[in-house]
Amino acid sequence: MGDNSYAFAVARIRVREKKLLSDSDIARMAAMKDEAEVLSFLGERGWGDAESAKSAEDMLSAEEEKTWALMKELKIDPAIFEVLEYPKLFHNLKAAIKEVLTDGAHEKIFYEIEGFGREEMMRIIRDKDYRALPEFMRDTAAKAYDVMVNTRDGQRCDTIVDRGCLEAMLEKSRRMKNEMMKSYVTSQVVVSDIKIAVRSAKTGKSYAFLKEALAECDAISAEGLAQAASRGEDALFTYLQESGFSEAADAIRQSPSAFDRWCDDRLIETIRPQRMNSVSVSPVVAFYLARENEIRMARIILTAKANGFGEETIRERVRKMYV
Amino acid sequence: MSLGMVLALTGAVLSTALAGIGSAWGVGLAGQAAAGVVAEDPDQFAKVLILQLLPGTQGIYGHLVTFITLSQIGILGGTAVSDTHTGLMYLLACLPIALVGLVSAYHQGRTSVASIGIVAKKPEQFGKAMLFPAMVETYAILALLVSILTITNIH
Repeated sequence: MGDNSYAFAVARIRVREKKLLSDSDIARMAAMKDEAEVLSFLGERGWGDAESAKSAEDMLSAEEEKTWALMKELKIDPAIFEVLEYPKLFHNLKAAIKEVLTDGAHEKIFYEIEGFGREEMMRIIRDKDYRALPEFMRDTAAKAYDVMVNTRDGQRCDTIVDRGCLEAMLEKSRRMKNEMMKSYVTSQVVVSDIKIAVRSAKTGKSYAFLKEALAECDAISAEGLAQAASRGEDALFTYLQESGFSEAADAIRQSPSAFDRWCDDRLIETIRPQRMNSVSVSPVVAFYLARENEIRMARIILTAKANGFGEETIRERVRKMYV
Repeated sequence: MSLGMVLALTGAVLSTALAGIGSAWGVGLAGQAAAGVVAEDPDQFAKVLILQLLPGTQGIYGHLVTFITLSQIGILGGTAVSDTHTGLMYLLACLPIALVGLVSAYHQGRTSVASIGIVAKKPEQFGKAMLFPAMVETYAILALLVSILTITNIH
């Protein structure tokens, strides 16, 4: 009966889904002549407020705040969103290790996270006080720091932290009772693993590097992917086709932007069935992810328009929408 | 009071109690969804209210069967049940609406919630949306008929 307690929240979400940007809205925005026209279009759709109507970043921030305010209003347990914050936490870890061990301050690259912002994370790394970190970050932090100290290899440090993040997300999602979050996180791990394998195959990385970088998950074999990618691009394409990821292989062959689009579209495909679900928390979480996706798309289009990119260039970068 | 009378009364009580519990579940669940839609789009009030009320009929059917039973067994009319055999027959006759009412109201409530989702997204599809929970009603009506036919033919 627990799922039924979200009937009110899901019904509200259903009404709000009508206001989400569709594929055709995105196509219209891509065809608009400049940033001001896109801002005006979004303003007419109820985006932003009177104060933020003329600044793209202010409008997008206002929309992010609105989504969070709605989740709070619907009394959705914040714990369900924790796993989505892991990439930001691990990003701050990565940034802190590099800033502590290299010269120069990079204040702007840190996310503002309560308890784990720039100052706190820098202190933890400087003092090697890993116990101050959440348990799922401790081993990764120690390992990444040691690798950075001993080898000064920033890329290897990044792969260790990225893998630690993916594994922590997988572990957290397995402990959650929400099936949609489990499949969403699994899709994220699959997509990340394939991205790493593709980049590694293109740059001729070793099997050892791949073994260290790829996260294990049920949907794809990290071992198989590492072996295939270490043998080169053709071997990787064959492996992807045989493992049920032929669309990924086709997209990689087509272009890097087509592959990036496949990765993002796969994540949206994972949450799309929630449009037909009526009584669990999943449609609400899917709506939150859909809002994040449309805000990201709006940001891509606004940035592209501000920098004078053409319609075709923008079309290559836009993704499938939730509705 | 004879054991037969206790059994007959048990049947009458179960009709209202179980079917009522099912309706309370169904109407409550659909009511939450209806409130969610009205919170965002108050114009849909009438449509979602109808969908909310659909799972409430089982409670009414259960109540009707209770009333007919009480009218037969000497509480509101008829003659008191003196033997166990007749009492057991009344109890069994009440079970279809009691059990089917309980289960069908719950499921009708869930179907109403799904249909309220349709109205939330496409209010113009209200007619089609209403048919889905109405289908569940069929089984409550069949159970009601069986209970009434049986009770009125016990001698």
